[in-house]
Amino acid sequence: MEKCEMIRFIFCYAAALVFCPLLAGIINKVKAFFAGRCGVSIFQLYFDIFKLLKKERVHSATSNWILAISPLAQLGFIMAALALLPLGLNISPLGFSGDAVLLFYFLGMARFLTVLAALDTGSSFEGMGASREVQFSALAEAAVFALLALLAIHTGTLETGVMLQCAGIGISAWHTAAVMVLAGLAFFVVLLCENCRVPFDDPETHLELTMIHEAMVLDYGGPDLAVIFYGAALKLWLFASFLVALVLPESCFAGMVGICCYFGGVAVTAVLIGIIESIMARSRFLKLPQLLTGATVLVVLALIIQIFFNGGVIK
Amino acid sequence: MNSNFLFLKNGTAAPWSDVPEMEFNYFRTEILKKMGSCRVLAFFALPETDGTFLLTAVLGDPQAQGFLLAKSRVSGKFASLTAEHAAFNRFEREIYEEHGLLPEGHPWLKPLRFQNVDPGVTDYFAMLGEAVHEVAVGPVHAGVIEPGHFRFECMGEDVYSLEISLGYQHRGVEKLLRNGPDARTPHLIETAAGDSSIAAAVNYARIVEALGNIPVSPEIRTIRQLALELERCANHIGDLGALAGDVAFLPTASFCGRIRGEYLNMSAELCGNRFGRNFVTPGGLTCAVDQELADKLLAWLNRVAPELWNALDLMFDSPTVLDRFENTGTVSAATLRELGAVGMAARAGGVACDSRKDFPMADGLCAEPVEFSGSGDVASRARIRYEELKKSHEFLFKVLKNMPLSPAVLPELSLLAPGMIAVSVTEAWRGELCHVALTAVNGKFRSYKIIDPSFHNWEALAMALRDEQISNFPICNKSFNLSYCGHDL
Repeated sequence: MEKCEMIRFIFCYAAALVFCPLLAGIINKVKAFFAGRCGVSIFQLYFDIFKLLKKERVHSATSNWILAISPLAQLGFIMAALALLPLGLNISPLGFSGDAVLLFYFLGMARFLTVLAALDTGSSFEGMGASREVQFSALAEAAVFALLALLAIHTGTLETGVMLQCAGIGISAWHTAAVMVLAGLAFFVVLLCENCRVPFDDPETHLELTMIHEAMVLDYGGPDLAVIFYGAALKLWLFASFLVALVLPESCFAGMVGICCYFGGVAVTAVLIGIIESIMARSRFLKLPQLLTGATVLVVLALIIQIFFNGGVIK
Repeated sequence: MNSNFLFLKNGTAAPWSDVPEMEFNYFRTEILKKMGSCRVLAFFALPETDGTFLLTAVLGDPQAQGFLLAKSRVSGKFASLTAEHAAFNRFEREIYEEHGLLPEGHPWLKPLRFQNVDPGVTDYFAMLGEAVHEVAVGPVHAGVIEPGHFRFECMGEDVYSLEISLGYQHRGVEKLLRNGPDARTPHLIETAAGDSSIAAAVNYARIVEALGNIPVSPEIRTIRQLALELERCANHIGDLGALAGDVAFLPTASFCGRIRGEYLNMSAELCGNRFGRNFVTPGGLTCAVDQELADKLLAWLNRVAPELWNALDLMFDSPTVLDRFENTGTVSAATLRELGAVGMAARAGGVACDSRKDFPMADGLCAEPVEFSGSGDVASRARIRYEELKKSHEFLFKVLKNMPLSPAVLPELSLLAPGMIAVSVTEAWRGELCHVALTAVNGKFRSYKIIDPSFHNWEALAMALRDEQISNFPICNKSFNLSYCGHDL
């Protein structure tokens, strides 16, 4: 059984690595549908990545080794973080108590490296992007850790797999359902922020002055940019996986059905992102802290409901 | 009441010798006195053979519905008018750059188009301090727009000052126009600012018709105005779509991109060129307009217009978009007036200036000017375009339903009257486009001045960014969408 679980996990992990660029394709197709266009191919990101991989690396003469190693190191951290998620299973075979904190610190390290590399270039655009990224991610982190606290109280553990497994929308009573709806909403906001989607950032923009994440990678090209694109796709996959595991109840994750539910859920998340990007404009920067604080408030509300109606710790 | 100045109606000419020559101090005081009710359309220097210069002012007087002209002889230097009225700023910098004629007391006499120095090399405004963050954008831009250099002095995300330095597109258009008209004159005129080709061609045609005494039939005038409104529509639609794109509001951005193409194609159907080039010509039109074409355009417009209103209503009804537009990049009416801003950007800020109303042509043919009072933010600059689109469509439908027909008319051009000055102002989509032509004794252009509305409005864009978030620059910029080449000439 243990071995079988491991094989399934490896399968899901490999599938995540292979299919993550598809998410961008799905989002773009949904957006194209709303805009009345055919849109680019759903495999466009694969084409872009292959095209970039064939080019040569060019680095500015004023930058040092940080700029050079940053893309691969970021990807490494994101891949490590992904391995801690249960993916299509009930729990990750690599999980351990406390890995929830490690997961988000892996992502924090990836961001830290992006920011360092951005500052390394000395460009005023990249400095601006780095400052914005740090500001908004600090606020997003508050929502994430409040959410972890909620899940820890709910499940009595700090192991990601177990925390997410015991979550899921409980439809037995309004207060269990409310907790998970609020938590899911809050995490979706965090997902949009962390993955530079509308209303936080516009991944399509060519306007440096309005960029957050894009501004930090302006100096990259060729294979470095390919790795960055790929890392961003994988990060989106990671957040979508977390959201799916958070929202879907435990019973969904059994056997092959579980794996189908998982991949279906990730794809639906991409469709949702596409719809949001099609029907609303991007917010102004001054409003973004309010949105992220709002996410934190949702989690705190869930926490209060959890403590007063659900009797705090369940297990 | 205007006895000091020569009074001229829009699209007419008068002998150059009739323009009163004033003693400079008197000239300066008289102009400044007039600036309360008038606006400066053109202010330039003409070199004379004896080394002196004739400073020439063309003021627009909305009350009298025409232009006031005067000139004054100076040499070497003159007392700056900018110090009293900021609207003269760019005109005096241009005079200094072209002729070395020093406007004494000009607050900051910087190169305007970098004709005599390396482009971009100047003494930029700078803020000092540890926390100041200077962002320099351009002259090479990420998108497909023209070159210009923008310097933002910021503290964090807040812009304290924006300095715009242009001149990278300077081609010497006005110099090339001297000794015209010749075979390439129409091309130069139409490409001075390629997005206002029809407005420029209409202006040029009026000037040559006034100077050459060429009669034009009312049908041809109407068809020209129709082409002009198509140009206005295409540009407003394109800009509204671009505004939607800049705030990541996808549907309107995509739809407007396509619909703008429809209007450009209507121009192509009318005259064979999407930008209406080589259509309006002095004394006539290069293409015939028959009933079949009129029917086709009417059916086309009937099909496309509802799609346009759908796409635009979607955007103007979206709270997330309005939140981005409202109270962003506000320029007050007082500032706009002080800077001499013109066109729809000025009207959006509550300044009543519309050359269709202020300097009407004798035939009175044009889309009805929009009554609009806004606060001068991005939202009002977007909204006024919407209202202008409505009025343009009313005009287009009215004309197309009863379309005047005309064969191609290409009159043999006679020589222009020598020693004359002619002024023509057309309300292009950005604002009033002013052409001033002077003929020499041989009937050739002694000077041909083009004053694009952008020339008046660039400073207003810089002011829109004061105390604004730097991330809002793109939508402020798009809401004005000023011309680089029209300014740089």
